[in-house]
Amino acid sequence: MDFDLMFTSLPKLLSATVVTLKLLSASLLFGLIIGLLFAILRLNKNIFINKFAYGYSYVFRGTPLLVQIFIIYFGLGQIEYLRSTFLWVILKEPYWCAIIAFTLNTGAYTSEILRSAFQTIKPGIIEAGKSLGIPNKIIFYKIQIPIAIRQSLPAYGNEIILMMKGTSLASTVTLMDLTGVAKYIISTTFKPIEVFIVAGGIYLFMTFIIHNVIKYLEKKYSFYS
Amino acid sequence: MELLYFGDKGWGDELFFATLMTIAVSITAMIIGFIFAALFTPLKLSDNKILNTIGNVYTTVIRGVPELLVIYLFFFGGSGAIMFVASIFGYNEYIEINAFLTGSFSIGIISGAYSTEVFRGAIQSIDIGQFEAAKVLGFNKYIYFFKIIFPQMLRLSIPNLSNVWQITLKDTSLISVTGLVEIMRQSYIAAGSTRDPLFFYSFAAILYLMLTYIIMKIINRLEIKYSREY
Repeated sequence: MDFDLMFTSLPKLLSATVVTLKLLSASLLFGLIIGLLFAILRLNKNIFINKFAYGYSYVFRGTPLLVQIFIIYFGLGQIEYLRSTFLWVILKEPYWCAIIAFTLNTGAYTSEILRSAFQTIKPGIIEAGKSLGIPNKIIFYKIQIPIAIRQSLPAYGNEIILMMKGTSLASTVTLMDLTGVAKYIISTTFKPIEVFIVAGGIYLFMTFIIHNVIKYLEKKYSFYS
Repeated sequence: MELLYFGDKGWGDELFFATLMTIAVSITAMIIGFIFAALFTPLKLSDNKILNTIGNVYTTVIRGVPELLVIYLFFFGGSGAIMFVASIFGYNEYIEINAFLTGSFSIGIISGAYSTEVFRGAIQSIDIGQFEAAKVLGFNKYIYFFKIIFPQMLRLSIPNLSNVWQITLKDTSLISVTGLVEIMRQSYIAAGSTRDPLFFYSFAAILYLMLTYIIMKIINRLEIKYSREY
């Protein structure tokens, strides 16, 4: 055990954690918006809209995240047309490519989680709203969405942890996130175990925090107790 | 489409063998995962505090740390660890382990953590009356476990094993970083030499979609076969 290396690599890894957290928070925020949008599309009765939303979540859940990042980072640059538009300013940056890929990926999982949450809302609750004369729009925004969010908290907590692990793939498109820096230190010092303990410890610490925050929120917003 | 011709002209045969490699790695990793699950599930269900902690540490650490980091650990640390063991027995030459074995082993350890959770959940959801009845009837330990608990555990865990298998399949794409020529690595090579990454990575995505679809179908069939009521 090389404790000196563990001690000297800790600040480097911690500053790389900031990159990981930025990637994670940006993709979760955008992913939640996309997920909510597609969950609502999934509930639409129009078969084409419905199938489109299902196709999106099927493709992004059925392929590895690595393929998705590579298609966006290496593949999209090949299209001549895209290079001439303003989108190219975003797509030439590995940072934004990674965020786009993570957003689309977590959006697909989030839409599934929210859809099943919407579908498990008891019809009686909506009927109660209707019989009180509340307009449909308000029933949706003030009753269905809050209940769906509460219902999906446990599954969404898992998704946040999965996404946090997913951000490690940003290192494959030259970003120096926590895993990227860990790999760099391993390949220059050939001390994989020491670096794994420190980097893995940071990841576990983040998992621990996310897990407990979700648990707290679950308790706070539980209404059937 | 010329890019997909078999033979020297296209990448069809290379991608075909790469797909077989992905399937081989995912099945080997699943089997290694089952071996780990067989070791750790009893620990997680054990009443002994120390054994229980060992089981929990395994599943928590592996499921809380990115797969890529675990792969780097085994990729960079694997041959070092084996050489250390070999040096105890007096063998000091350089040993290089095969990329297939490192890859399957690292993915297997990850898959094992998920399988352990699935089996633990399955055993815990077996009706407690089954355990009591088996004890009351005076079956010996072998029959108690292999003829009564184990078959029910398998049946209950089939639907969730579908998820584990899909996760494992998708994780195999990560071992392309170690240089093993599976779908991702082959697409990377093809994309580099033809300068057509969009086509090859999209094709890789289609291959993965097909594989996940097949897995889903196989598991669905098993599920229907074993889901009849007693």
